[in-house]
Amino acid sequence: MTMRIDLPEETLAGVLAKAFGNRSFLIGLAITLLVVVVALISFVWTPYDVTRLVIADKTQAPSWAHWFGTDHFGRDILSMIMVGARNSIAVALVAVGIGMGLGVPLGAFAAARGGVVDQALMRVNDLVFAFPALLSAIMITAIFGPGAVNAIIAIGIFNIPVFARVARAGALAIWPREFILAARAAGKGMTRIAVEHILPNIATLLLVQGTIQFALGILAEAGLSYVGLGAQPPMPSWGRMLFDAQTRMVTAPWMAIFPGMAIVVTVLGLNLLGDGIADILDPKSRRRR
Amino acid sequence: MSLLEIENLSLTIGATPILKGVELTIAPGEVVGLVGESGSGKSMTALTIMQLLPHLARTEGRVIFDGIDILKATEDQMCALRGDDIGMVFQEPMTALNPVKTIGEQVAEGIRWHTKAGRAEAEERARKILDRVGLPEAKFPLSRYPHELSGGQRQRVVIAIACALKPKLLIADEPTTALDVVLQAQILDLLRDLVRENRMGLLLISHDLAVVTEMADRLTILRHGEVTEAGDTARTLSEQQHPYTRELALASMHVPARPKKHLAGSAKPLLEVDGVGRDYPSRRASLFRPAQPIRAVDDVSLTIEPAQSVALVGRSGCGKSTLARMILALDKPTAGTIRFRGEAITGKPEQALKPARRDMQVVFQDPYGSFDPRQKVEKLVAEPLHLLEKQLAKAERREMIAHALDEVGLGPRDMGKYPHEFSGGQRQRLSIARAIITRPKLVVADEPVSALDVSIRAQILDLFAELNQKLGIAYLFITHDLTVARAMADEVLVMHEGKIVERGKTGDVLDHPRSEAAQALVAAAPDLHRAIARKMQEQG
Repeated sequence: MTMRIDLPEETLAGVLAKAFGNRSFLIGLAITLLVVVVALISFVWTPYDVTRLVIADKTQAPSWAHWFGTDHFGRDILSMIMVGARNSIAVALVAVGIGMGLGVPLGAFAAARGGVVDQALMRVNDLVFAFPALLSAIMITAIFGPGAVNAIIAIGIFNIPVFARVARAGALAIWPREFILAARAAGKGMTRIAVEHILPNIATLLLVQGTIQFALGILAEAGLSYVGLGAQPPMPSWGRMLFDAQTRMVTAPWMAIFPGMAIVVTVLGLNLLGDGIADILDPKSRRRR
Repeated sequence: MSLLEIENLSLTIGATPILKGVELTIAPGEVVGLVGESGSGKSMTALTIMQLLPHLARTEGRVIFDGIDILKATEDQMCALRGDDIGMVFQEPMTALNPVKTIGEQVAEGIRWHTKAGRAEAEERARKILDRVGLPEAKFPLSRYPHELSGGQRQRVVIAIACALKPKLLIADEPTTALDVVLQAQILDLLRDLVRENRMGLLLISHDLAVVTEMADRLTILRHGEVTEAGDTARTLSEQQHPYTRELALASMHVPARPKKHLAGSAKPLLEVDGVGRDYPSRRASLFRPAQPIRAVDDVSLTIEPAQSVALVGRSGCGKSTLARMILALDKPTAGTIRFRGEAITGKPEQALKPARRDMQVVFQDPYGSFDPRQKVEKLVAEPLHLLEKQLAKAERREMIAHALDEVGLGPRDMGKYPHEFSGGQRQRLSIARAIITRPKLVVADEPVSALDVSIRAQILDLFAELNQKLGIAYLFITHDLTVARAMADEVLVMHEGKIVERGKTGDVLDHPRSEAAQALVAAAPDLHRAIARKMQEQG
């Protein structure tokens, strides 16, 4: 028998319509895009060259020539923030990628197997988790030397247990549900169930955690650079700029305020974006809007 | 003088009208049944009396309880009434108790709050009421936690909390829906006795007409927020003046037509379960004594023939569902073998089970929990299709899905929807569509209609019967509800404490039960015919 099948696919237009009705998504997206665009522009153009030192112009207050002022070497702070943005984004993005890529399968596997395997994996996880993140990052950079790549690896490693935990906790709540039993009765194996049913159900959880970790990654990179273990000069980085500003807080506050604002705004934008995405991807919100 | 008078009560939440002109009165010592299907406004009526309505709720009309106008009462006045003069028993005993507090604390809490009694005195009173509801001190000290009690015992605790201060009015919202029939009968007996002792008014809310008929002096039937009929139980149900009353009564007694009855011994068995047992490890009593395993299923044997419909009945916790899981190869038996179409399925790797899985599907009880909320119907119903020998092209696949949906009374347009966009009955149809899409030979249905309203339940039973006739599917129905067994099964197996204690033709077992377990089930099962006959005698 044949049947005419015409049905309303969840179209891209539908998702977009929902996205544009979500305020926190829009604001978050706008901020994040702004940061990304600024980072991209910095590859081709910055107001001033960030490697050129003009000692004559040092610690100048914001003016029409230097919107955000200059630092103690006379470099333009706006230009430095622009170049620093790409450093921050790259470090955080790759670090979250490492954390998700290794942590999620690990957590999902532990939840699926249960018993001794689960316990063993999670205790190792706890051990990694128990190390203060900055300390382990310092350890790694101390062994392999400071630099952006090592900072990425260090931040990535301390992201793994975070994602493993979130994934495991989420998966544990899904496994005993009846629809998993139904899938098993339909003959699906553990891996297939994990990919088809568990992951989509914990995706929002992971996505929200991802944006939080992304924000934390930017903070961690700033922290590492602050103690001198991140990107090395002359490559500007937001954390390093804060470190340089520290002793001149009273005399040249703009040196601290603008990089600090850059961090806060970026982190805020990412968090709003995460919230918005979580709302949009929830199929139950389809009726509400 | 009435204890509770509801006059022309209307309720809207946001812009949605929930109740329209509801009238209801309860006198002291009277049991009034409030019957209706889900969404008819039963629970909202109860919550209005308690003033526990959600935000945005607006009420109109008059609700007078014991001389107090409840709709105008302040929150402080209501706090004094709730739990003291009005008690409430909820449906789900698993969630109605606080898991981290002992039952003694929970019963004493309300007593201390309302009477300002000291700890010792409140505990003394808590002790007494727990004793009264059938939880004697010796076996159930106040220091027990809810998780240490069974479902029926927890519901007794909930009733003890509600009745501790001898309220004038008790509201019981589906108090036995989550319990099996034997426990249901015990809880209903307890409620009836408490009403008589304290001259309480009881508002019994239920979707089960038989339960309400047995209990209530008068009934009020609610549909879409409006009272369709109200009056003495016996008269209302014997005359059935309103068509909806008749509809409800017919649906509760519905037996689907199955023209081709199955003839036993006509074919070689489809499923053979031979001496199957399942042990679960228990906690050690001492370091030196090995743990005694808990035997959930004990030496069970049964056979099902093609197109035969078998009901496995028993009280909750008797091992029915464990047995079903082993038959579906979702759990491994610790003893015995299970053969499907002559081939053993126990201890086989998943890959080798594929053909068996294709011909053996399952329908679960909870139409809400058995679907992945993140997937659309198209994917959900197609779940078992990967078991087919050849992989289907997309168009072919969609056609099969559309066909399966059509067979269960849904349309191809439903493919693009998510499960939460369907009602409970429609979800159970989806569940059946998923089960029949591979054209199985056997469908195991675990309490497939217990979560549904009577009219929906009649429709789903019809659907099961129709598919049995059309596609020759054999069923194993797992249920504690004898009306389902009577309506659907050729043969009934009675299970008790892990063992099969009685088996035979449906009529024989249900009309002349021989074993004690079967007799208890049959005696406790609510039966609308019997209940009406008894009420007719009582009320003349």
